[in-house]
Amino acid sequence: MSNWTLDKSDIAAFLSDLGKEYRVFAPVRRNDLVSFEPLDSGEEADLGSGNSDVPPKQVFFPRSETLFTYEGGEVTAVPLEEESRLIFGIRPCDAAGLVVLDQVFNSDDYQDPYYTRRRENTVVIGLGCDRPVSTCFCTAVGGGPFAVEGLDLLLTDLGDRYLVEAVTERGQALAEGNSFLREAVEEDERLKAEIVARAEQAVSGPSTEGLKAKLDVMYDDPFWAEVHQKCLGCATCTYLCPTCHCFDIVDESTRGGGRRVRNWDSCQFTLFTLHASGHNPRPSGQERMRQRVMHKFRYFVDNFEMVACVGCGRCVSKCPVNLDIREVIEAIEAS
Amino acid sequence: MAHNPYLPYPVIIRKITVENEARDIKTFELVFRNQADREAFAFRCGQFAELSVLGAGECPIGIASSPMDEDLLQFTVKRAGVVTGVLHSCEEGAAMGVRGPYGNGFPMELLEGSNVVIVAGGFAFTTLRSLINYILHPENRARFGELTVIYGARSPGELIYKYDLDAWGQRDDVKLHVTVDAGDERWTGLVGYVPTILKEAAPSSENAVAVVCGPPIMIKFSLPVLEELGFPPDRVLNSLEMRMKCGIGKCGRCNIGEKHVCKDGPVFTLEQLQKLPSEY
Repeated sequence: MSNWTLDKSDIAAFLSDLGKEYRVFAPVRRNDLVSFEPLDSGEEADLGSGNSDVPPKQVFFPRSETLFTYEGGEVTAVPLEEESRLIFGIRPCDAAGLVVLDQVFNSDDYQDPYYTRRRENTVVIGLGCDRPVSTCFCTAVGGGPFAVEGLDLLLTDLGDRYLVEAVTERGQALAEGNSFLREAVEEDERLKAEIVARAEQAVSGPSTEGLKAKLDVMYDDPFWAEVHQKCLGCATCTYLCPTCHCFDIVDESTRGGGRRVRNWDSCQFTLFTLHASGHNPRPSGQERMRQRVMHKFRYFVDNFEMVACVGCGRCVSKCPVNLDIREVIEAIEAS
Repeated sequence: MAHNPYLPYPVIIRKITVENEARDIKTFELVFRNQADREAFAFRCGQFAELSVLGAGECPIGIASSPMDEDLLQFTVKRAGVVTGVLHSCEEGAAMGVRGPYGNGFPMELLEGSNVVIVAGGFAFTTLRSLINYILHPENRARFGELTVIYGARSPGELIYKYDLDAWGQRDDVKLHVTVDAGDERWTGLVGYVPTILKEAAPSSENAVAVVCGPPIMIKFSLPVLEELGFPPDRVLNSLEMRMKCGIGKCGRCNIGEKHVCKDGPVFTLEQLQKLPSEY
């Protein structure tokens, strides 16, 4: 794999040029919120605002998605997307989140055709985090501010230019033919090493060693009755989580027809597990908070040998009552 | 690319049978509109499907017919929520959809060669009825040992599959114990709760497997009786219900611990359940 540099002054032109071949998604600031949106022009990309408020999982797993339409009793499948797509500026934590989602949506037994097709069709270009913020804890959950898992190319901000590193053959192929890229020199790589070391030091977080073993015997612990108390059940933590994948399926009817839609859903809602009989296996916040923590750090590990948390910190920074998952982990570790 | 798992196979409701006096339990007999779909939907006893009513949505329902009856696909549905409500207002000839089959089904490798004790209450009898008819099929009967069926409902009018109960009662290779919580003036059969009747019938646990389905309270009081009779937890089977959407382990709501009822279940041994959180 090779390395190149890309001048910052060329970024807009670089993205516009990629737009000829790909539908390009990049962080865009709208109404003071940054989210990944399809670009009309490279000028729209906002690469200077830290990580996006909304995680890029919606590029692969939209908040609301039509599974099929129906009219007069006949079902019409929605054709799977054929276009080549590219996501630019995704952070390493969120790229690791895609690898988590892959386990669920592209499992051996059932492949989700909508998600899987988008993953296959999308080149993933990451931007390393040279300035992690106080809520970042990627290094505590197996990641890092410059980790490459889930990426095809990784960019590092070197001041007036980016260092561009190929991670996969697909990334290499894209970069090799690109006229905006110049071969990197040793100095670029030395600079990157310094930046990475600084960034890694700036990230802190709770130890998660032994967390799984603790959770394995904590299901009936009184801890859960305490820890959920201030939770409002608003589900912001799960909606903004790059690994949360729960969804609902509903029919939206119009005159004579309609569509079957899947919408993001959350284990933090009462209705999520409510049976038609009225029985609810997770009737209160205690069970729901336990489910969220157990799913991420115990059940997911049992099934896929990885935690379903990438340390992006959105659930920490966006929680309306400051319920901090890092403190929850620390409390479990200390118990 | 493989079949899109979210697309229901189109079916027609061929026949609707009202199963109980309260008229809130009906058996829907479905036929596939395309022959290829019928073949793709090869199922095992104990599996379930997502019934799809366009405009209302989907609901997971156990398959009530036996896979030995090749042209038959039946689901017994209690009117309980949004989708089952609309389904109950459908008439014969109506179009709907079905996707599946899903779930593990009953472990035939465990049941074959064993005596089988079925303990059922209420309308949770559906997949057990599939299993009973499967075992009783002439091609299969010799592969199973003694078959004991203990089935109860609140009242005589709430017993479902009366036509099957009558047919099984005629046979000498089923020990059938049908009971009601409270009889009426015409009822001449057993009266008593299922766990009580189970205790009285006292089926031997020797080389036997028990399959238990019913309301939580029935299960709660039946399990100690089975334990007393000597059934080890790895030879007691349960089929669980859970709110579900996708049926294929993606939507995230039917898990009990690390297991998904939709694809790791719905059939679990008591031994497996004892190791899982009691969140169901």
